[in-house]
Amino acid sequence: MTAVEVPTAIPTPASRVDHLFRRLLRNPLAVVSMIVLAIVVLIAIIGPLIAPYDPNQASLQLILAPPSAEHPLGADSAGRDVLSRLLAATRTSVVAAILAVLVSLVIGVGSGLIAGYYQGWFDNVSSWFTTLVMALPGMVVLLAARAVLGPSIWWAMLIIGILLAPAYFRLVYTMVTATRSELYVDAARVSGLSDLRIIGKHVLSVVRAPIIIQTAVVAIIAIGIQAGLEFLGLGDTSLPTWGGMLQDAFANIYKAPFLIVWPSLAIGVTSIALMLLANAMRDVLERTVVVRRKRRRAVTTRTGSVAAVTTASSVTDLGDEIDIVTAEGQTIRHDDDQQAAARSSEIVLSVKDLRVGYAQADGSTLEVVHGVSLDIRKGEVHGLIGESGSGKSQTAFAVLGLLPKGGSVTGGSIAYEGLRLDTASEKEYTAIRGRRIGYIPQEPMSNLDQSFTIGSQLTEPLRVGLGMSKKEARDKALSLLERVGIPNPVRTFKAYPFEVSGGMAQRVLIAGAVSTDPDLIIADEPTTALDVTVQAEVLDLLRDLQAERHMAMLLVTHNFGVVADLCDRVTVMQSGLFVETGPVRAIFQRPEHPYTKSLLASILDEGPARPPLVGSTQGGNS
Amino acid sequence: MLTFILRRVLSGIVLILVITVIAFTLLYLGSGNIARTILGQNASEELVAQKAAELGLDRPLVVQFLDWAGSAVTGDLGRSWFNGQLVTVQLASRLSVTLSLVIGAIIVTAIFSVILGILAARRGGAVDGTVQFVSIVGFAIPGFLIALFLVLIFAVNLHWFKATGYIPFTTSVTGWLSSVTLPIIALSIGGIATISQQVRGSVIDGLSRDYVRTLRSRGLSSNRVVYKHVLRNAGGPALALLAVQFIGMIGGAVIIEQIFALPGIGSLTVTATAQGDIPVVMGIVVVTAIIAVVVNLLIDLAQAALNPKVRLS
Repeated sequence: MTAVEVPTAIPTPASRVDHLFRRLLRNPLAVVSMIVLAIVVLIAIIGPLIAPYDPNQASLQLILAPPSAEHPLGADSAGRDVLSRLLAATRTSVVAAILAVLVSLVIGVGSGLIAGYYQGWFDNVSSWFTTLVMALPGMVVLLAARAVLGPSIWWAMLIIGILLAPAYFRLVYTMVTATRSELYVDAARVSGLSDLRIIGKHVLSVVRAPIIIQTAVVAIIAIGIQAGLEFLGLGDTSLPTWGGMLQDAFANIYKAPFLIVWPSLAIGVTSIALMLLANAMRDVLERTVVVRRKRRRAVTTRTGSVAAVTTASSVTDLGDEIDIVTAEGQTIRHDDDQQAAARSSEIVLSVKDLRVGYAQADGSTLEVVHGVSLDIRKGEVHGLIGESGSGKSQTAFAVLGLLPKGGSVTGGSIAYEGLRLDTASEKEYTAIRGRRIGYIPQEPMSNLDQSFTIGSQLTEPLRVGLGMSKKEARDKALSLLERVGIPNPVRTFKAYPFEVSGGMAQRVLIAGAVSTDPDLIIADEPTTALDVTVQAEVLDLLRDLQAERHMAMLLVTHNFGVVADLCDRVTVMQSGLFVETGPVRAIFQRPEHPYTKSLLASILDEGPARPPLVGSTQGGNS
Repeated sequence: MLTFILRRVLSGIVLILVITVIAFTLLYLGSGNIARTILGQNASEELVAQKAAELGLDRPLVVQFLDWAGSAVTGDLGRSWFNGQLVTVQLASRLSVTLSLVIGAIIVTAIFSVILGILAARRGGAVDGTVQFVSIVGFAIPGFLIALFLVLIFAVNLHWFKATGYIPFTTSVTGWLSSVTLPIIALSIGGIATISQQVRGSVIDGLSRDYVRTLRSRGLSSNRVVYKHVLRNAGGPALALLAVQFIGMIGGAVIIEQIFALPGIGSLTVTATAQGDIPVVMGIVVVTAIIAVVVNLLIDLAQAALNPKVRLS
């Protein structure tokens, strides 16, 4: 059987079908496709009526006659008028394809609805039947059936319909099983609606649009197989069909090469029009979903921000204050105190007026970081604090040169020990990442490749980047695993990421980040995704490693407790701008910016050990 | 892992058994008076009865099936009713032609799908648009129509390849290549159109994964991460589609072999079907079912090799 591309399962409300049609009219390719298909259907209806001759009327004088006034497309090997045959064949082929589609639709959608909604034994039987049908080459089944049933186009279409039914079945089945557990279906059931009403009203409306797309694909396959069967000469030779005309044309390819043009065009143009239409429909559907999803994420970010504000505003009302955004370049700077000044003054990382933007579909650029400057000195831990979506992670990714797709540094400069990174080539950057700058991510599980063992992911950079031998890399990885506090390094080395806990995975990621001995670590909320007890342990580990290796660290967080615990300096970020920066002690004792004050107020009220409340949504990451 | 394989083999055997029973029942019940068909309309009733007895057709269907199945397990699929040749002998010589065609096409499909899919996913823009459009057209046009035009252009007009006929691999490698190149292209295009889209989607999805950023942050090049990590994770869905394509290509080969006059299973199927040579048709059904089961098993094993979650569960 030919592979059937199942459209992505998307829950679509009922009204979207009309909506879909209106949106399709705006897509030129879809409009052309619909016009072509309308013409094909029109010919199928009126074709035989306007045909100049009887499509089966043979004439010895006209055998392979070239086009003439009486016979504009010439005549075939039996002297039959090609135009008349083409018109008649369009009807046969279209009706045959419709029959196959209908059979497939009724069987596939019907069984999919029942199996998906009721499940139980019917589910098992249909799934098994699906496997059975998918395991057999359709053409062989058709030919075997023909040996029994004789040359009948209608029988063949019936069988094709059955063979293609699994395509609908799988589509409907997955969508129905997803829908039936939705709350509104439960509600309908509780309120006493019959199963039939629920399926008709709620379930069917969800699967309707994808079914229409699938129908186009099934029609293409039906047309193809049918034409192939007729081409083999195994169809009913008394009926004119596209495939039959093709067979006659191919047999006389040397004598009358032009004959092959018309049936090929009919098959090709119809199939391509169907496919383009299906594709345009899928595009429209997917875009609707993307828009909806984006909007939801924006809301989440906003509620996330609101949540951050509410947690911070236990005493004062910050509703007005939160909107105070410092103008660009007006970062409140605190002078170094003794403790901060005692640290080395050698600057490792220097970020100046950094701007980060994302290319939008309409060609414009959406700026998320609006010109920020930051220096990190050797061996110093610099905290970057702010609420979700303030641009902290964007700043960190920009330094690593690993902004998500579409993002880029649109202004300013990043320099690592005097080396410009914002203008570095990919190759230069690859040499710096890992060996000079390390990165500890936020979410432990998604940052490990589930298909490779932890050991192989740890040793790969050592072998590729540092040129270690297999044994050296293994030994180093094992000692690192032990250093980050993993109880059984050898077992963890051999384990897959899904076999270890989140806390262990985060330790593995920390081991990975320091494995290439970088001088600067960028840690993006390294404890946010962990349990409270594990958080403390991981922070201890980070502090120890930092002191032991004299690494500089840019610690992105939204938690002042973490800042107080680890950092020498801190920068407060809000809405893509740095609002206040200075030594930790100065910021804690004399916060000047209202936003800094609001953030501090919350932890001072509730104690530094309080776990973060926001954080987990981190909308600004993508 | 061993139970995983055993379970797959067992379900494969059940599948073959069910297909065999259904096919046997339908073919033998549905083909009417077979002895009459073989001997022609003019044969006398006694001769027809004698022929039926000779073929064992006068026995109950269950007995006939058990008899057939009994010899089938020992590797004997009976004899053709029309030329008396052993079905297995007929199949064996033709299977090598069809399999060399289909395996060739699967390799070509896999290679080009990966290349085009990655190219479209990473370059985006015009490259992506072109690959997508070509895929749409390649999926929409039936493979045999593509084959017809390949013959017309490259064999009839340009004489680059042989239009028809088959040269075994063992006789001449270049001859074999010349005889299978066009058929393999014709068979592959639909598969490439489908699977390259799948690869493209998986790679786009994979590139946005967190672990890609983390691996790159440790100094691994983008190419290395794409070809080692992203591609491996994209492999699962692509392999599943490749299995479906393989089965589809065996069906597609039926027509392609007719067009290029290749002596494979396809042309045997057409002849046997047209004649109503039931033992041969039955043999073809069994062999394709076995191939399908074996291919699915191999793909399952490949999935397990790629994905530790499959392997360890």
